[in-house]
Amino acid sequence: MAQPLNIMLAGFGGQGILFAGKIIAYAGLIDEREVSWLPSYGPEMRGGTANCSVCLSDEPIGSPLVTEPDALIAMNLPSYERFIDDVVPGGVVVVDSSMVGACTMRHDIEYYTVPATSLAEENGLKGLANVICVGKLLEATGFSTEEVCKQAIDKSVPASKAQLKDANKRALEIGEAWTASVC
Amino acid sequence: MAELLFERTKVLTDAITNYCPGCTHGIVQRLVAETIDELGIEGTTIGVTPVGCAVAAFNFYTCDMAQAAHGRAPAVATGIKRARPENIVFTYQGDGDLASIGIAETIHAATRGENITVIFINNAIYGMTGGQMAPTSLPGQVTQTSPYGRDVATAGYPIRVCELLSSLDGVALAERVTVDKPANVRKAKKAIKKAFEYQIEGLGYTIVEIVSTCPTNWGMTPAASFDWLRESMLPYYPLGIYKDAKAGE
Amino acid sequence: MAEKVLMKGNEALAEAAIRAGCRHFFGYPITPQTELAAYMAKRMPKIGGVYLQAESEVAAINMVYGASAAGVRVMTSSSSPGISLKQEGISYMIGADLPGLIVNVQRGGPGLGGIQPSQADYWQATRAVGHGDGHVVVFAPSTVQEMADSAASAFELGDKYRVPVMILADGLLGQMMEPVILPEPLADDALPKKPWALTGHKGEREHTVVNSLFLVAAELESSILERAERYQQISRDEQRAESFLTEDADVIVVAYGAASRIARSAVVKAREQGIKAGLIRPITLWPYPKDALEATLASAKAYLVTEFSTGQMVEDVRLVVNGRKPVSFFAHTGGVVPTPDEVLEALRLANEGEVFDIIPFQGKLTRKKEVQNG
Repeated sequence: MAQPLNIMLAGFGGQGILFAGKIIAYAGLIDEREVSWLPSYGPEMRGGTANCSVCLSDEPIGSPLVTEPDALIAMNLPSYERFIDDVVPGGVVVVDSSMVGACTMRHDIEYYTVPATSLAEENGLKGLANVICVGKLLEATGFSTEEVCKQAIDKSVPASKAQLKDANKRALEIGEAWTASVC
Repeated sequence: MAELLFERTKVLTDAITNYCPGCTHGIVQRLVAETIDELGIEGTTIGVTPVGCAVAAFNFYTCDMAQAAHGRAPAVATGIKRARPENIVFTYQGDGDLASIGIAETIHAATRGENITVIFINNAIYGMTGGQMAPTSLPGQVTQTSPYGRDVATAGYPIRVCELLSSLDGVALAERVTVDKPANVRKAKKAIKKAFEYQIEGLGYTIVEIVSTCPTNWGMTPAASFDWLRESMLPYYPLGIYKDAKAGE
Repeated sequence: MAEKVLMKGNEALAEAAIRAGCRHFFGYPITPQTELAAYMAKRMPKIGGVYLQAESEVAAINMVYGASAAGVRVMTSSSSPGISLKQEGISYMIGADLPGLIVNVQRGGPGLGGIQPSQADYWQATRAVGHGDGHVVVFAPSTVQEMADSAASAFELGDKYRVPVMILADGLLGQMMEPVILPEPLADDALPKKPWALTGHKGEREHTVVNSLFLVAAELESSILERAERYQQISRDEQRAESFLTEDADVIVVAYGAASRIARSAVVKAREQGIKAGLIRPITLWPYPKDALEATLASAKAYLVTEFSTGQMVEDVRLVVNGRKPVSFFAHTGGVVPTPDEVLEALRLANEGEVFDIIPFQGKLTRKKEVQNG
């Protein structure tokens, strides 16, 4: 039985935070686990920040609101600053270092920096920094498998954007393969 | 053997109405009933009654009837019509109901082109509650709540409903009539029938405004109330067709 | 078996309503129920249904009144301030014995309040849903699956008893996604017959009247009493609740909807710490599931109520318990969602025999001065 994993994803509106969370949630569903996905909502999402709580567990999920994340994906500085201290000791943090210049002062967590936005642009995957971060989180936590995450991408990408499925899968692979420098 | 010259209007029940002597509700209600009968739509018609003197009209018609909250008859009629587009749906509303508390429902049903027929009784006063100022009470008109006469500086101006609605694209027919004498009663009947016919054709929202009397709350005899209607109301509320989708055809 | 899909609570409820035969939706935009109306706007035209954005909440509920009077399955959805506007129409629906589904995806109040999850409309739903002497049946789902399932139950009970039904959700349940198995669509011929509906009499029957006006007091009384009999039957037959680990529990948490999810986490944690905790989760709020609570009174030592309000459902629990056991209370409100650890702490206190009412006060959790207890 896998450990329950409570994940917080945070960044600017438009970075695909909610979509990244949806891939993780769908992976959990395909793995036949209990999952929940909860976005921040309201004017906040147009005011700049978006965040999303995702829970994966083998037991029914109580509160879907992640207040003490086991894992954090932070895609901008305000999000990093807002959530970094909430991460549980031993937790995994993936930051988009193209957007977050900060090195962490915490030494009790696994901290990965991925220049996801730059990597996305270099690889012709503009807008898929989010999925690159998911790839790194997958590699760091093993919350599911690459195969399942690719199936989850197939489920999450809307039919109207089906041509983007492959790009999303490549972004996932790039994130998984990135050997981040822990600062 | 005696020849039958006049019989009780079909589509009206035996119930005795609650209307006062000289009130024109009875005439208008009968015109609506005759129209439904003549068009042969009694079996498919659903009426909606307001809150006001006509609240109990659900007892007077033999077709299916719903009673609506104050001002909400157009919304209730919308719900019925959207659920049963094949049925004929009409509302019967007074001026407080239609032009005050229900003006939003009225304007929006009209602008949606909701395919319903609205029979609008404008007698410039709240009848059932005992004679308060209505949105259509005339400037200077004395009522229980405008005891010194309607002062437009503080109470504002009356609403001319047909003029207001005629600017909306969803309106197929907006016509103002009265029933003060036989010739006008015949014209009113014609307008009401046209409104129902337009609905049957699916042309959109139709409204017939009937300038009416309220002798009890106006404090007049029935005869005097008709004089007042002609002298005071008709100049402010001119009779005529304000919108007709088929004008010029 | 049908496929499990990931859906938002608002959308799952909407789709389930369609599958329960609902083809008419009348609404008005408000956060956080937006996705429900948007889903209907997208789906209804494709299945020959009606989605109509009304000019106001007031108009929307009266359109529901009209469509229900015409005999179809119909619904509206809104959030707290919008429900206040609908209360007039809900009262008329009760008075005219019209079924219909009203969804309240609650947000913080009073006034414009906030948009975060809240349970502050419990009293409105169960005590004062409109003027006059009446009730609506109230469902309180706690998962996305239950959001879907309660839509079917709502239409079924509404038609069976000719009463409006409310689903009392909140922003959290509306916005979150969980896996859900959607119910199979109901066949058209499986819908109940409604001989009372306005259809046009076609010359085949007497005219039908849908009405809530009775000017003769005795007639109004008899119509209310006839309805009260149905309410009694509903209270007897339709109480629903989930009992979780209650059999040997010393302390029982009572919580509904989103709050019950947090309470469940706290109960699980408490068990890990050796505290014999259990959970009663009302699924119907009216009728209140008194029987489930009553069944635990002999064995439980204490009760803890937690909800997202300063104390509304706790009164129903105290009515059932009626002084026989201590009932404590812990809550956040205004859109602040308590953490499982906070509830666990309250649970631990209750287990140690303390009796308390703890509510947020000036940003801190503070005990009310006067402790109400059994």
